[in-house]
Amino acid sequence: MSELRKVNIDGVEYEMPGHLTLMQACETAGAEIPRFCYHERLSVAGNCRMCLVEWEGAPKPMASCAMSLNDLRPNRDGSPANIRTNSATVKKAREGVMEFLLINHPLDCPICDQGGECDLQDQALGYGRSETRFEEDKRAVEEKNMGPLVKTNMTRCIQCTRCVRFISEVAGVEELGLINRGEGAEITTYLQANLTSELSGNVIDLCPVGALTSRPYAYNARSWELRKTESIDVMDAVGSAIRVDARGAEVMRILPRLNEDINEEWISDKTRFVWDGLKRQRLDKPFIRENGRLRGASWNEALMVIAERLKGDPSRIGAIAGDLADIESVKALKDLMESLGVRSMDCRQDGAAIGGQAREGYLFNSGIAGIDEADAILLIGVNPRVDAPIINARIRKAWLENNAEIGLIGAAVELTYPYTNLGNQPADLNELTSKRNPFVRAMAKAKKPMIIIGMDALTRTDGAQILRAAGLLAAKWKLVREDWNGFNVLHNAAGRVGALDVGFLPRQDGLNTRQMLDAAKKNDLDTLFLLGADEIELSEIDDTFVIYQGSHGDAGAHRADVILPGVAYTEKSTTYANTEGRWQQTRAAVGPKGEAKEDWKILRALSDNLGRVLPYDDIAALRASITAPKTSKFDPAKLGKAGKITNTALAPNPNSFWFSNPIARASETMSRCASSQSAQLEAAE
Amino acid sequence: MVSSKLAANQPDSFAFSDEAEEKITYWRKKYPTDKQRSAVIPMLWIAQKDHGGWIPEAAMRVIGDRLDMAYIRVMEVVTFYSMFNLAPVGKHLIQVCGTTPCMLRGSGDLIKICQSRIGSAGKVSDDGNFSWMEVECLGACVNAPMVQISNAEGDHYYEDLDEASMNTLLDELATGNAPMPGPRVARETSAPIGEAITLLDKTLYDGSRGKRLKSIPNAPAKASKAKPKTKKPAKETGK
Repeated sequence: MSELRKVNIDGVEYEMPGHLTLMQACETAGAEIPRFCYHERLSVAGNCRMCLVEWEGAPKPMASCAMSLNDLRPNRDGSPANIRTNSATVKKAREGVMEFLLINHPLDCPICDQGGECDLQDQALGYGRSETRFEEDKRAVEEKNMGPLVKTNMTRCIQCTRCVRFISEVAGVEELGLINRGEGAEITTYLQANLTSELSGNVIDLCPVGALTSRPYAYNARSWELRKTESIDVMDAVGSAIRVDARGAEVMRILPRLNEDINEEWISDKTRFVWDGLKRQRLDKPFIRENGRLRGASWNEALMVIAERLKGDPSRIGAIAGDLADIESVKALKDLMESLGVRSMDCRQDGAAIGGQAREGYLFNSGIAGIDEADAILLIGVNPRVDAPIINARIRKAWLENNAEIGLIGAAVELTYPYTNLGNQPADLNELTSKRNPFVRAMAKAKKPMIIIGMDALTRTDGAQILRAAGLLAAKWKLVREDWNGFNVLHNAAGRVGALDVGFLPRQDGLNTRQMLDAAKKNDLDTLFLLGADEIELSEIDDTFVIYQGSHGDAGAHRADVILPGVAYTEKSTTYANTEGRWQQTRAAVGPKGEAKEDWKILRALSDNLGRVLPYDDIAALRASITAPKTSKFDPAKLGKAGKITNTALAPNPNSFWFSNPIARASETMSRCASSQSAQLEAAE
Repeated sequence: MVSSKLAANQPDSFAFSDEAEEKITYWRKKYPTDKQRSAVIPMLWIAQKDHGGWIPEAAMRVIGDRLDMAYIRVMEVVTFYSMFNLAPVGKHLIQVCGTTPCMLRGSGDLIKICQSRIGSAGKVSDDGNFSWMEVECLGACVNAPMVQISNAEGDHYYEDLDEASMNTLLDELATGNAPMPGPRVARETSAPIGEAITLLDKTLYDGSRGKRLKSIPNAPAKASKAKPKTKKPAKETGK
């Protein structure tokens, strides 16, 4: 297949692997080939005809995306085939294709959201004729509903079918199609139903024209007036590479960046559309509760009040770090609490039974790119479609390309690929010994088998025991080897791995999250410091003094006695570790809201008020004080705790995909998605 | 082109008749078990015949479920082919070929008749007897202009039409008769009109023109030599 072939491209002879397409060969040779329908990560359609090149001697130009070097034959004299990408024939062919594409394309670029970043616009400039000869009527197509995220202007569609191929191949839900034919061809969902994929927003990027655009972003800004900042996403623990586009002090939209090891070039809809949550429910100044009501206060006032409380008995003080806390602020909070002698601190607000053991015990060790190589995958108590849609798409890719066997212990859900349901009791893990079970055989035989254990299993009260059972299986199937580590924990909180790396865990005799909340209910805890922790049960806490530091007025701020306004991930340059344990930095795209400050600075200022000054004055010094986590010898069989697994079925995470963190809960777009999803579920029943 | 839009009034559910089920079983047997989706076109056609000449939306879902296909994939197929109707049609659906040969031979007149007697394309006449549509080439150009009429009798070609014969054809259908399919001029199928004017020489057919062959064309030069060659491998295996 990859036998070398000789080919002459634009007069220079090359030798390239025969399986390359003409387009790839020409690009390797440095020629630029325009295209609309071709996309590296999708199947080849060959229907836009924009990538035509000339094969000397052939009667017609060739669609270079759909023809490989192996398809070429040498010239009559035996010399390699001559391919031309810059001849008069090619120029004429491109002009012709472009003219036909533009026949039914409206000239509404000035009001089109794609304007300025439109493939058709750019290529018409580069390869088109300077004027049109078309005098007849253009066609017009009715707009189609595709849900709250994707806005359609179907008159602009050039029928490249990238969106259809993406939705059925990568997203794995066959919902888009091309109906009718010829001049009547239209892209639509079945009876204009909403798209249900968590990756649907990617069709907006794939669309080479302005037919599919972002509904929340519609008519809000022009692409060239946006300030582009490359950053990292925190909506899930994947750490997708994103670009934050801002104008003035507002984030206008979020787009994916290429990172082959993590998100390729896709991002989930929550990552892409959460930005309106950054503008609502924001904490923009410190608040102090007086007589049951919150009132605005100055920073000094708030810090003085807190300092007074934190001077109390350290054994009656607790601190919980939330899901979006960055490594720097967790480290600062940990140092501050340690200097006060506080022992109760925890970063696992959901009570997950991880941390305190080998680092590999809480990481996605195979790496996200490693999923591509896996040939058998066991999912335990995890719905990757909800927890990490990007990873779910990777697993689907492994199923498509490696024919990976996939098994699931957990509630039966639609995962976009077929899997063997091995039961929904975690105790079923211990049953996975029988060699009669075809899935067990596949796991034992696989070259690169994986176990992915998720928070639905680990946050149970018997999470540690389930972790042990999974670890024992990993040891039995030899998942951890020199060249491969197939033991994986899939997190759903962006800050969790970082906080575990920093060691934000209960000290000796300290309380964990559950114990702290119980103690608070019994009034055994005087002060509780919440660093962006909102997903905990606070309603029954009466007398405990709650300090909340965070960016959004959510559950934590609702209960708080003092609020310190922090910043959101688009407003700070801080470090997060993704589920693989990969440390990455966000970059501030906009400034803080109102009087809000970066979280580590707030803690540094607080330490000053307490007279226990933290030993760093800038973020560089703070980072220097963070030591990289040690990797130890990892034995999966020693993870968790031995013990009995209770006999209750694994329940799926009750939190909706759309409402997993305070930013998402503040977003109107996310609410619209959730209500459209529930309406669709009701209609289906 | 007839509208690909779904009819406004749709039945809530769709089920195949027993007769149709038999046909489906027959057609599905033709495809391998892992390629059952190939049966989508036969099943749609059976559904259309089973449901008075058009496919309701519920039928697309039923077929999608039975062939394990996404509904949108079924819809793509239905809307691609003009032979599938998405809205009710008359008892007799008249498909007038409007492609160049028929157009040159007067399909425009046939369309005018349809318009005046039945109404606009895609509409069912008031008595429910007729609807009509313009279609692309049906492959009977030698008998242009022509129409295909689909009704309970099947799908038949009526060829070599003109205004008078088209009107007669519609009259006959309206009175409930089943007119003979085929040309409406004095010719047999696509043979010349009137008497045959070529290939009349009787010696063409009585064998008198035949000449004895001296050798078989393309035969091996010497047939006898080929025999030992084919026997060689047998000898080798004998060793």
